[in-house]
Formats: sequence, C-alpha cells, structure tokens
Amino acid sequence: MRRSEQRARAAARANASGANAPRNAPKATGRGSDRATAGRRADDRGGVVPRAVVPRASVDTAITVSHLSVGVAGGELILDDVSFRLHPGRILALVGESGSGKTTAALACMNHLRAGLELRRGTVELHAGASRFHPEAVDLLTLTERGTRGLRGGTIAYVPQDPALSLNGSLRVGEQIAEVLRAHEFGRDARERDARVAEVLTEVGLPSDRAYQRRFPHELSGGQQQRIGIAMAFACRPAVIILDEPTTGLDVATQDLVLKTVYELTTKHDVAGLYITHDLAVVAQVADDVAVMLRGTIVERGAAWDVLHHPEHPYTRTLLDAVPDMAGAREMGGGPAVAPVHSVRAPWDDGRGGDDDAGPSRSRDASTPRGGEAARGRGSGVVVEPRAGTEAGGSDPSRDASEVPAASGPGTAGGDRASVEPVVAVRELWMAYGPAVILDGISMDLPAGRTTMLLGESGSGKTTLSRSVAGLNDRYTGQVLLDGHVLAPGTRQRTREQRQRIQYVFQSPFSSLNPRRSIGDSLQVPLEMNGELSRAQRRAAVADALDAVRLGRSYIDRRPGDLSGGERQRAAVARALVNAPSLLVCDEITSALDVSVQASVIELLRELQRERGLAMLFVTHNIALARHISHRLAVLEHGKLVEYGPTDTVLRDPRHEYTRSLLEHVPTLESAG
Amino acid sequence: MSAQRTSESFTRRVLRQPAAKLGIVLTALVLLLAVLGPLAVPAWTGYGTNSFAGKPFQTGVFGTDNLGRDVLSRFLAGGWRLLLYSALATVVGVGLGAVLGMLAALRGGWLDSVIMRCGDVLLAIPQLVFALLAVTVLGPQGWVLVLVIGVTHAPRVARVIRAATAGVVAEDYVLASQMYGVPQWKILGRDVVPNIMGPLMVEVGLRLTYSIGAVASLSFLGLGMQPPTPDWGLMINENRIALSLQPWGVILPVIAIAVLTVGTNLIADAVAGASAGRVRTTGKGTR
Amino acid sequence: MILKRLGISVFVLLAVSLLVFFFTLLLPGDPAQAILGQQATPERLAALREQLDLNAPWYERYLSWLGGLLVGDLGTSAATGGSVNALLASKVSASVVLMAIAAVIAIPVGLLLGTWSAMRRGRAADQGLTGISLVLAALPEFVIGVALTTLLSTTVFRLLPSVTMAAPGTRVWDYPLQLILPTLTLILVVVPYMIRMTRTTMADVLDSGYVEMARLKGLPERQVIFKHALPHAIGPVAQVIAMQLAWLAGGIVVVEFLFRYPGLGQAMVDAVNTRDVQVVQALSMIIAAFYVIVNLLADVVGILANPKLRTESRS
Repeated sequence: MRRSEQRARAAARANASGANAPRNAPKATGRGSDRATAGRRADDRGGVVPRAVVPRASVDTAITVSHLSVGVAGGELILDDVSFRLHPGRILALVGESGSGKTTAALACMNHLRAGLELRRGTVELHAGASRFHPEAVDLLTLTERGTRGLRGGTIAYVPQDPALSLNGSLRVGEQIAEVLRAHEFGRDARERDARVAEVLTEVGLPSDRAYQRRFPHELSGGQQQRIGIAMAFACRPAVIILDEPTTGLDVATQDLVLKTVYELTTKHDVAGLYITHDLAVVAQVADDVAVMLRGTIVERGAAWDVLHHPEHPYTRTLLDAVPDMAGAREMGGGPAVAPVHSVRAPWDDGRGGDDDAGPSRSRDASTPRGGEAARGRGSGVVVEPRAGTEAGGSDPSRDASEVPAASGPGTAGGDRASVEPVVAVRELWMAYGPAVILDGISMDLPAGRTTMLLGESGSGKTTLSRSVAGLNDRYTGQVLLDGHVLAPGTRQRTREQRQRIQYVFQSPFSSLNPRRSIGDSLQVPLEMNGELSRAQRRAAVADALDAVRLGRSYIDRRPGDLSGGERQRAAVARALVNAPSLLVCDEITSALDVSVQASVIELLRELQRERGLAMLFVTHNIALARHISHRLAVLEHGKLVEYGPTDTVLRDPRHEYTRSLLEHVPTLESAG
Repeated sequence: MSAQRTSESFTRRVLRQPAAKLGIVLTALVLLLAVLGPLAVPAWTGYGTNSFAGKPFQTGVFGTDNLGRDVLSRFLAGGWRLLLYSALATVVGVGLGAVLGMLAALRGGWLDSVIMRCGDVLLAIPQLVFALLAVTVLGPQGWVLVLVIGVTHAPRVARVIRAATAGVVAEDYVLASQMYGVPQWKILGRDVVPNIMGPLMVEVGLRLTYSIGAVASLSFLGLGMQPPTPDWGLMINENRIALSLQPWGVILPVIAIAVLTVGTNLIADAVAGASAGRVRTTGKGTR
Repeated sequence: MILKRLGISVFVLLAVSLLVFFFTLLLPGDPAQAILGQQATPERLAALREQLDLNAPWYERYLSWLGGLLVGDLGTSAATGGSVNALLASKVSASVVLMAIAAVIAIPVGLLLGTWSAMRRGRAADQGLTGISLVLAALPEFVIGVALTTLLSTTVFRLLPSVTMAAPGTRVWDYPLQLILPTLTLILVVVPYMIRMTRTTMADVLDSGYVEMARLKGLPERQVIFKHALPHAIGPVAQVIAMQLAWLAGGIVVVEFLFRYPGLGQAMVDAVNTRDVQVVQALSMIIAAFYVIVNLLADVVGILANPKLRTESRS
C-alpha cells in the first residue's frame, strides 16, 4: 500500500471515529452512525472493494462478552471480569503484553480453554441473527461440545499466531481450506466448495490454481502460510473472526500485506473482528476500537483514534511511548539528544519503579522547538557528509574517517562533548559461507558518545557484523580497528585491554545468563578474567554496575530465574559495563522483551551513553526504533551496506529501494492520523 | 527459553514428587538388606548339612535349597555383589557416555560424527547379546561384566548427554564466557555441567536400573556370578528347578531384585519429571 | 534420503561384523585346541587349523568369514565341529514364532493403551496406567517370567506348563499351551515401554498447534484424531515399534532360557557355556542385522509419512 493512500485512509477513519465517538465516552460508541461509517469507509476505499458484493450484516452486535473470568485450575485468575462487544464490519483490537490474558480471552470467544484453565464466571453471547448458521441467540459457554463445533470455523473463525505450527504439515493447503467448508456443509456440493476454495484463495491474494492448492505448508513462505490461515478462517464467510497476533514473525512488508488483507476482508464481508496484538502501531492500521488489557483486566477502551491520541490510563501511555514514532521523527531531526523517549521505567516492568515515571511523558508534540532547531542545525552540517558505502558499497576508509568530524560539527546540539574520532572503525569487512556472501565489504565508524544503528532483516548479516566487531566471529577478512590499531579477529587473540574496551550485549537475556549462577557470579566474570582485582573488589564493582543499570545491588545474590526479562537484560548490560568499555555492541537487545519494557531498556542505554560517552552499535530490525536512539543509521541488505549516514538524512531521504520499502511498510501510529 | 522460576532447588523439586519418596524408600530398603545382610547371616551359606529342599520353618526360616543350603542365609549374603557390580557398571557407563557425549557436542565436526557412529554400531547389538559375546571370549569374571555392561550403556548415555550439552552450548551464556576468555575447563565446570545435571541424574537412575537387570540376568543365565557364590540371580537359576517344592529360594531374590529396580526407576522418573522444564528427556529412555 | 539411510545401515552392519569378529581375536588360546580338546594330536590340530584358515592373517580370516555370512554360511561350530547353519536351522523357526506372536499382540495393545492414556492425560486411568507401566518397565525379563511361572504354573495356580516340551520330531507349536508363558513374558516386557513412548509421542501431537487449530475449525473429533493427529504420529510410532522389536530379539535369550524353549536364545546360552565363539558370533550378527533392518524400515516409514521429508528425498 502506498504511504499516501495509507494516510488518507487513516485520516478518513480518524475523522469518522472522532465524530462518532466522543473522547470522554469511549464505551458509548454511537452504533447508529457507525453503520454509516462502515459504508463510507468502503467508499473511501472504493477501488479496492467492489461495492456490489458487500453483504450487510443484519445485526448491530455479533458477540457480547460479559464479565468473563478465567483462572488456572485451582489457582490465580487469568481473566478478571472482562467484557467487550464485537460489531459487524468493525475490528476490535485487544492490546496487551505477554501474560495479559488476551489470547485466553480470544479463545474463550470460541468456547475453547487451553488445558489447565477453568471458567469461573461470565457469558459469551452470540446475538440472534448474527450468524447464518446459528439464527438464535446463545451463550457459547453453555453450549455442548457438538454445538460449539458447529459454530467454530463456520460462524466464528480463528487465525492463529504462528501458521508454521498451526497448519497441518501433512495435509495439502487446499484440503485444509476445503475441510472447513465440508465440516460446515458450506455450499450445495463439492463443486461449489471447490469454487469457494479457489475464490477465498484469490481473496487473500494467493494463486488459486489446483497446483497451488496441492502444495504442502512447508512449500510456502511464512507470509503465504499466514494467508492460508486467513483463507481458512474466511472460507465459510464467518460472522466473527478472531486473529491472534497473526503478523508475529513476518517482515514488515509481509505484515503490511497481511494487515491489509485482514482489513479488507472484514469490512468487505461485514465480519466482526477481534484482533489480538501487543503492537499499537498495528492497532492504528487495522482497528476501529481498542481495549487495552493489563494482567487480565481491561484498563482502557474506546475508539482506536481516541485511545491512541488521548490515552487515559498510564499503562496505555507506557505502551504508546514504546511505539517508535516515525512522524515525530520527521519534524524532530536527529540531534544527538535524539528524540526523547521519556523515562518509561514503568511499574509494569516487573512491578518495580515508581508510578509517576510513566508520567505525561512523550508529548504528542515531541517535535519540541529544541529538537527542531537541533535538526536544522545538525541537518545543515550533515548534508556535507558523504553517504559512505551507499552507492558503491564501500568508500575510501580514510576519507570516510576524516569526514566524521564534519558530521558532528559545532552546529550539533545536546550534550555531545565526546570525542569524534571513531573509537572503533570497521574496514572492508568481508565474509562468506561457501557461495553465500554474508558480509560484503563493509566499512563504518563508531565514534564515542554516538549510537550507530545497524538495521536489516533477518539474514541480512547484521548480527554477523556486530559479532565480528565484538570478536565473537573470527572468520572475516578485513579489519576492525580500535583507536586506529587493527584488532585480531577472535576475542581470544585480542589483548585483555582490547577485550575490555569492546563489550557485547546479547539478544536474549533468557539465554545470556547462566541460570545456575547468581547474578553476581555471572557479572564478575569479565573482571575475573582481567585478573587485576581481588574478589571483594570485584564484588564491589559488580554492585556498582548493578546500581548503574538501576537494578540495585540487592540483586547481586539472586539467580536469573528470579528475575523478569527486563531485569535480566539490565543485568546483562551491567555485565558489559563492569569493565568500563568504550564501545557497547547491542544485538537486538530489546527484541525478546515486552514493548513497555523495551522502552525502559532503551532509555537506560541513552542515559548510560550520556553519562559515560559510550560508543554504541545498536543492531535491530525495527526501523522505527532507529529514530529514538541513533545518531547514524546503517542499513544492511544481503551483507551489503546499502545506506549509511546520519539517521535524520537517511530517514528523510532514503536513497536505496530497500530502505524505502522498509520505511513504507512500517506500521506507525500516524497511520491513524 | 526457560523463563520459569528456578528458585526452588532441584533436589526439593525431585523430592516433592511422591514417586521419588517411594523410590528412595524401596531402594534404601534393598540397599540396607544387601549391605547389612552379610553381617546378619544366621547360618553357613555353603553346602550344608541340612536336609535337601527343606521346608520353611523346619530347616531354617525359609527352608533349604536342593543342595541343602540355608535359603535365608544365602539370600542375606547374596545381594551386595549384584549392587556393587551394577553400581560400577553404571559409573563406567554414565562416566564414559557423559564424557563422550559432551566431547561430541563441544568439539563437533568429525569427532562428533566418529563418536556417534561408533555408538550406532554398539547400539545395533542388544546389550545382553553383547555381554554374552564378551563372556564367551573372556569368561564370566566380575570385571568383564562391569566393563561390558558399562560400555554398552555408554552410547545410550552419550546420545542423551550430547543433546543436552548441545542445548546448553547453544545458549549465549557459554558464548559470553568464551568471549570473556574463560578457559574451556572452567566453562565446562561452571556453565555446562551444572546445566546438564538434570538429564545426567536421570541417566544415572535409568542406567542403574538396567545395570541391575543386566547383571542379575547374566547371573540368572549362569554366565555371571559362578557357583557356589551366594547371589540373587544365581539363586533363582539354581532354585527354579525346584520351584514347586521350594519356592522361597526363587521368590525372595526375585522380590528383592524387583523392589530394587522399581525403586531406582521411580527415582529416575521423578528426576526426569523435575528436570523436564529445562531439557526435555521425557519418558523415552532407551534401554 | 532413503538411499542415504540404506547406506548408513550397510555401514553399521559392516562395522558390527568387524566388532563381532574382533572378539575372536581376544580369545585366549588356540581355537583348534578348543575344538579338539587337550588330547588332540599335533597333526589333527594342524589339519584343523588349515581347515579353519587359522594360519592366515586376521584380515583374510575376517574377509572369508564376512564372505561366508553374505552367502549364508555362518561358519563351523567349535564345539560340535559341524556347520553353524545346521545347528541353528531348526531353532530359527521356533524363535520367529515366539517373537511373531509376542509382536502381533504387543504392538496393537501397546499403541492403543498408549494413545488412550495420552487422550485422557491427567485422569485417574492415565495415572494408573502410567504407574503400572513404570513399575513393569523396571523389571528384568526373568523377574517377570519367574513371577508368571509362580503365579500360573507352579505355586498359585497350576494351569500352564513351566517348561517347553520339545521331543525330537515335534514342533514347539504342536503344544500351543506351552507357548503362552514365554509369549506373555515377552509381551509384558515390551508393552510398558510401548505405552510410555506412545503416550509421550501422542501427547506431543495432541498438544500441537495444528490439532488445536483443527478443533477450532470445528472439525468432528474423529476427524481431528484420524486425519490431523495420527499421520504425525506414524513416524515416531514406527520408531517405537522398531525399538521394541529389536528389544524382543535380545529378550528372547533370557525368556527362552527360562522356559527351556528350543530357540536361538537357548542356543546362544548353550554356545556361551561351551565357549562356542562361532555360534555366538553368528547369532550376534543375525540379531544385529534384524535390528538394523527394523530400524531402516522405521526410518523409511517415517520419511514416507512426512511430506516434508518425502519431498526433500525426491529432489
């Protein structure tokens, strides 16, 4: 979808919901006028959805969930008094982080509780007339197994999170769609059903020929698998469709396509949608209404535009702050202060920290005058800088290095007093596995006090590059220089002092700390290997590092198993800090964490950089995150550096097609307005 | 990813399972019997002056066997060798298997292939058949039994430990230790071994169970312990001819061996249950 | 892919033959002496050595032994001086009958109980079955056999013969009653493992995303089980069956000895007692070949049952 089109659509929708749903009465969305909205929306998108085929639902509400409480058998509550309604032609996004109970709530709508869970209270009412298959009103939770089976798949359909696990690997994909039709006696005969299989495949944008239908799931890409999942769900023209984070694990372009498909089909067929996600940017793209879940309860609900732009609950604000915001970026510019993601060490990061931290925070108008000035100031300084490696895939290293000062000239705003000489420089890094080239002549500089963001999708070589810098990969050719001295490829060949100055933080804190050793024991390893300090001194240094990452020294004798993901990642950062390094290499360190925790970890890194003037190499696949912490942006595709320059410049004027497509598909809040 | 809380100690999680308690009680019972039994032998275990195939409570508490030997005395004296040999075979098997398995996982490459292919070859011959082959050539000596049973356990243990080690080595904390220049032996001791203790303990329990079965089976076949040694397996062999006349000479050792193997197997199962969250071992022990 | 498995199997068998042959080299003393006894004249010893190729280097002996195996010549018995083939010929059928009956009963029982247990996970029936199979799985064959004999033959009830009658000229299956105890023992040895392994396999499958999805599609439960769950269990279950068949091949040694059943196992124990290495070698190779073949078949079934592996093997 073109970006402009996306924005236009979003604007139209924002107008509509803004008019219909007054901000202070989010629950009372005027139903009457919403019908009109749905129609208008279809008009807005006229080219995409042919008007003639739109079947209209005859009811206002398809499903009403009331006072739903579900608990672990004999244990704590997973869902506590959850209520919501699903309306035909509208998508309700149920937003929450892992463990919030959103999937449990979604599955309860199909009268399905996973093993070990029990229903405590509540009803899930399917309204009369909502389903062609089931005309009477019924409480799904009281249905027999047989009755439930009749509704599942036909009236209420489900799109699973991970199609690789949910599609049956030993059945052909066409058959997996056809069997739903058969089970629900859709159509008069096999011919009609065959026609419907082909039709629904076309609807989700897949080939519909026999040969394609005879493929097995493993012969399709992840995005195609997910669209098969969606086709399966839409096959019987259900009244309600439940989507459980269907875009997890897909790259942004595919995610965009899947979201578009979902949005089109729900509006076109007047299906009531329930969309489970943790990502508010996705919400902005598909949802009409939002309900935010926190630990089994809905803490905020309302029209999508209202909730996204005027959040009331502090938790919603935390989630919003965690959404990297490209719009703000455009006006904000890329000063060294970077876009301030306000302190978001939320109470939800493991129930620690103060409530007020989450405060009013990241004002919508993050484009503060200061930021704007900085942008302009820096921008002018930046224009001169050669975009190293952009065109030819590598530029003259020495020239490149000499240009760096220009990039952070006097025009630079913010507390950037660190040296501009690159602490670490990478020159013509090259590596291949057999015929596959992983790194293809990469050169870049990592100056002190600056963050370079390394962006790329999985398989682009970004982790290999970061590990080469850290000495975890020694099979490259080319040079990594520390203060102008060439480093040996592997850590074991590097000197103690060299090892100490470049520190690496791993992607998953669940894997990077030995579960059998205390935090203190794990964190003192770098010092122990230096062999300079006594045991007591090492312990003191570790305690200081724990303070520095805002965990506190009381964590020193705990085991990783007692810590949450966010706490573990802080501990892992502390391990990298005990040696007072010059360069911190962070490999996707937020990707294993919940979104609200991600923001707090990033904030921590920014503070540490400010305090210590660290050079940072931050690896990520999340382009929107780039805005918030990076000074320079490097985009890697198939081992080639296709884009390299000041973040602001690259984002505003991406040179390479790949960067442009990344930027275009990234879901952001501003798609809602 | 093991996000589970591990604050509860492993031992405690094992002990919380009722099967573990039962297993420990059963094993301890037989262990005591076998160790203290020889000290409490009421009569001479060798060829007796008693009547042949004496009835219980007439000659001795459980009667005598068809060679006139006191059944109770031979029973009390006949357990410790079985236990000792089984324990030694387990040590050899799990020790060898664990070392080879860790080596295969840590070194990888050709060494891994060689170790695992050799294991496949050993696996193709059932344990008992292999033991018979060895006994044919080397004779039924104690060291032969220990060695051959240990060696045939090794590839089975190595498979499990290799998988467990590979899982641990793939964790970033091992890479982190390497990055900080921690010596290999320290990585092994700090990062690898503590994190494969679960499967390792399961293997100890399983291999002990099967070792007891194998040693006792060989004695039962007359190819393990040799007459006139008092030994449970051998007693069963010797007395089964007169099973209908003098069942105690068979029943006592059969019960002892059954209680012992059930006990050790229950412990192994409880350990497997307690470590299931970390490294999957499931109930699929290879015999 | 199937060819690759076949190659591995051949390699394993060759390696096993080398290993088995290696044991003869460990044999202390002179095989010819062992065959002919202490009173043998030097001339006769020399003649036998010549006949047995004992003067040739070990690799030549290995190759001629291996060549013999390949054409079905299992060698010369050191104890009887006759051919091993003749010695074992009559016993093969007896053992095959025993194993076949045990397998035909044990496999369906084990698979059904295991599946049933997995489907009622956590309930009393499952826990009971799991407990019983855990206990039975711990017991050595002879313990089960002796217990059954005591119970059904000698002490409690006197229903079945405790030893096998094999008068010359008769076949073991001429008296079907005497087959009951040995087969029952073998079944009780194998079934607990099958239950446990099938249960684990089926539990994994039933917990899978595609089975949950099939239920959420509103498919009838029969269809969920037979169309969605079972095909995924075929490969692992084939492995389970192969493992247990292979175990039966080892288990017959003890069971046949216990019940004096005139099969390969009994022959093996006799051969060990007379230190008849050739016979033990031959039997080891037969059992190993059986193991390798069953495992190969299980692998092939696993590949054929999995479209992903199947398509990979085609390309």
